[in-house]
Amino acid sequence: MSTRRSRSRQAGAGRITDEQIDDLMSKLQAILPEARLGRNDRVSAAKVLQEACGYIRSLHREMDDLSERLSELLSTTEMSSAQAAVVRSLLM
Amino acid sequence: MYRRSFKDTKSSLGSPNPNFSKPMVALRFLRALSLVRCSGPGARSPSYRARGIRRAAYACMAASAGPRRAWSRALLRKIRRRPGRGLRRPRAVIRRRRPVGGGDPLEVALRRLVPGGGCMEYCRLLEEAADYVKCLAMQVRLMQTIVDSASHVNSID
Repeated sequence: MSTRRSRSRQAGAGRITDEQIDDLMSKLQAILPEARLGRNDRVSAAKVLQEACGYIRSLHREMDDLSERLSELLSTTEMSSAQAAVVRSLLM
Repeated sequence: MYRRSFKDTKSSLGSPNPNFSKPMVALRFLRALSLVRCSGPGARSPSYRARGIRRAAYACMAASAGPRRAWSRALLRKIRRRPGRGLRRPRAVIRRRRPVGGGDPLEVALRRLVPGGGCMEYCRLLEEAADYVKCLAMQVRLMQTIVDSASHVNSID
């Protein structure tokens, strides 16, 4: 009983069991790319959180980088043809 | 006091958002990009335009995810905030504003990275983080596709 209490993050929010947290952890783990976590089934919660933070940071950096490249491309490209190419690739 | 039970969060996990399909996100983003272009390519510095594109990317991502996600609501609030307007929030929407005291440094880091993550319950944070990562990865892939197509078009001419 004491372990449950120390695990629940908020008093009075309803009993959040370890199984529910594990379930959400595994869902988060499934989203992360396999290269980060390996193919082990049993990855610790701390590792999942750590890799999730690292992955989000790297995605933010990629967004910044791609925004820079897009702004450079916008100044040189005829946007309509790029749009057509994108739509074509999406519909295929 | 506004309180979300775990049952509520579980039901919102499974229901798909019709707006959030890959072509819809792409078309929305392309339209936003064309608006950035129209505002005068020569008048602004490239870094200003890059910031506008990034803001448009996050806005399209959040708009496509819909209002059911806390992270998308928080992102749109941050982007659309106009300083000095002072609009009053309607009383019906009462959110918990008290940030959750951090014990675990990893949890604190995740709360900082996920938009709106400061005030959530732990379970909600995990759920929102998973959805946020999924949408973010898709947006990055979309922008990579656009960059590749535009570069390809450039190299052909």
